[in-house]
Amino acid sequence: MPVQYYIFLSIALFCIGVMGVLMRRNAIIIFMCIELMLNAVNLLLVAFSKMWADAGRVDAAAAQIFVFFIMVVAAAEVAVGLAIIVMVYRNTHSVDINILNRLKN
Amino acid sequence: MINLVWLVPFLPLLGFLINGLGRRYLSRSQVGITGSGVILAAFAVSVLIFLDVRQPGFQAQEVRLFDFISAGTLQIPFAFRVDQLSALFLLIITGVGSLIHIYSTAYMHDESREGFARYFAYLNLFVFSMLILVLGANYVMMFIGWEGVGLCSYLLIGFWFKNTAFNNAAKKAFVMNRIGDLGFLLGIFFMIMQFGSVSFPEVFEKAATLGLNNGIVAAIAMLLFVGAMGKSAQIPLYTWLPDAMAGPTPVSALIHAATMVTAGIYMVARSNVLYSLVPHIQAVVAIIGLATALLAASIALKQNDIKKVLAYSTVSQLGYMFLALGVGAYTAAVFHVMTHAFFKALLFLGSGSVIHAMGGEQDIRKMGGLKKYLPVTNWTFLVGCLAIAGIPGLSGFFSKDEILAHTFAHSKALYVLGLLGALMTAFYMFRLYYITFCGKFRGTHEQEHHLHESPAAMTVPLVILAILSVVGGYIGLPEVLGAPHWLAEYLSPVFAPSAPFAEAHHLQHSTEWLLMGLSTVLVILFILLARRQYGSYEDTGRGNTGLAKVLENKWYVDELYDAVIVKPLGMLSRFLQDALEKGGIDRLVNGAGRAVQWGSQQARRVQSGQVGFYIFAMVIGMIVLFVIGLLL
Repeated sequence: MPVQYYIFLSIALFCIGVMGVLMRRNAIIIFMCIELMLNAVNLLLVAFSKMWADAGRVDAAAAQIFVFFIMVVAAAEVAVGLAIIVMVYRNTHSVDINILNRLKN
Repeated sequence: MINLVWLVPFLPLLGFLINGLGRRYLSRSQVGITGSGVILAAFAVSVLIFLDVRQPGFQAQEVRLFDFISAGTLQIPFAFRVDQLSALFLLIITGVGSLIHIYSTAYMHDESREGFARYFAYLNLFVFSMLILVLGANYVMMFIGWEGVGLCSYLLIGFWFKNTAFNNAAKKAFVMNRIGDLGFLLGIFFMIMQFGSVSFPEVFEKAATLGLNNGIVAAIAMLLFVGAMGKSAQIPLYTWLPDAMAGPTPVSALIHAATMVTAGIYMVARSNVLYSLVPHIQAVVAIIGLATALLAASIALKQNDIKKVLAYSTVSQLGYMFLALGVGAYTAAVFHVMTHAFFKALLFLGSGSVIHAMGGEQDIRKMGGLKKYLPVTNWTFLVGCLAIAGIPGLSGFFSKDEILAHTFAHSKALYVLGLLGALMTAFYMFRLYYITFCGKFRGTHEQEHHLHESPAAMTVPLVILAILSVVGGYIGLPEVLGAPHWLAEYLSPVFAPSAPFAEAHHLQHSTEWLLMGLSTVLVILFILLARRQYGSYEDTGRGNTGLAKVLENKWYVDELYDAVIVKPLGMLSRFLQDALEKGGIDRLVNGAGRAVQWGSQQARRVQSGQVGFYIFAMVIGMIVLFVIGLLL
């Protein structure tokens, strides 16, 4: 398959992620959207890696290493982020982020 | 001995530091001994230097202490110049200065201990500055001393700083001096621009090569003379000197009669080459000097404050000195500086003794008949009056006669006016003498009871100055008497460089005899006139009318200056304050502050606390960056 397909799918996933972060108020959904963005980037990295490998570059597989980094970081982020959300829920009995603007004052 | 010349200014500086820093700890006698002792020591060193300098064939020497300013090719060392002129001034300053210091120990005895020390510290600082002024080997050094004496003059006029009027007098003196100082400073700048040097011999040498009537030399000479006008109280900058009498009387004697005010004469005499090169500027000097002499003498005729009379008399005598400088009689001017230092210091100290005895009273209408209460003061004051009036045999006669003779040779019209001034001098001095010392006592009964002769620390300097006022003239006898003019010979190396440009005056002996006889007869006549009018003066309490009233009010010059300069300047300042300061600059500054405040007020709305909005802004920012990256 041509690489353009992967790029368009990736852009679509990323935009869905961005819009989800902007539009939704539920913290869990926002969190999932962030994951979506990260995975859109992962997809792109893998696609480009394949493209360069087909073109004959020997170091093309290096890009896939990045993907593992991102996965590790995403996993760590989920661990911290979910913990925060749990704490927020315990305090407010809600995961609506509009309540979090209390920090303002 | 010449190499030790730095000791002369250093000793008063030491005295200033000791008295100034230790003013809380030293007793009156310690302060008095330190203050007078350092000046006496400086006098002793000056005498030794003078003995070296008067050796025949002595060459002027520069003693270089360190480099003061070196910028490019301009080198200004901190150096002292020892020659005949500066050695003579050293003697006058330290000699008269030490007498006045001794006198002050008694006169200022009623001051608080700290005030006493402060007084002596200032006085020592003044002597230090004055010595720097006359010893400086270049115009910048002279300017340092020039500013120093101006500062000390300000400090001492306002010594009793709790009195607003005294403070105003001090400020007036300072401001008027600043006007003159600006001229001096511009003169120095011109000098650096034109000659690339400020050292006396170099400037004179280079100026002489420019020839007669050079525009630059004329500008420098005129600007320096503006400086001299301020310091030496000449028209139009003379009004500060009479007001300066607010200071303690010994200060008036030392600063505003004997030494500081003669700094202008010293400067012009020092720059004799520059002035001889531009005869029309010299004419300006002569005319301003003569006009000042006449104006001040006429004012002195009707003053009732004992110190004011002497102050106007000083202004008038300074005018004579400038007249002498203007007609090229530099020796006569320096001679008159010296004799004037003696008899005017004597008169001021005598008036101080009178004021002391009268318990602070300065109005001569309330005195009278002090002859029998203050015998020593009376006799010495009389000697001073005779000397300043120009009675043959006393110092004032010789110096004033020399000035008038040179003026006669230069221009008959100037001579007649000069003689008129001399007659007024005789008249007002004897008016002062008769009203103060003769007739009946007119003060209160309490004052009469209090009258006493001053202590020895005050009378001894009076007697010494009286002796000097008599014999001081014999170092410059006129040619007709057959004796050599010692002072002229002594000073001739200083004035030699200007000799080729100056016109030589020579009077017939018979003419000189005639002039002397004429002035003597007229002076005696005017003294008798004063005796007839004021010999038994009664204070009628009637105000003066007509011309006398104008004279009593000093020709309304102060009012004129007030109306022409001070008031418009005040109005301009108020206008600038209201329109420019408040309306312009203040509004601009406050506006800038308010704009920032309003801007931040708007900007803080962005900080809503909505996380969603923050993320939205972040995404917008990313998109904008992305678009910019694509476009560029």
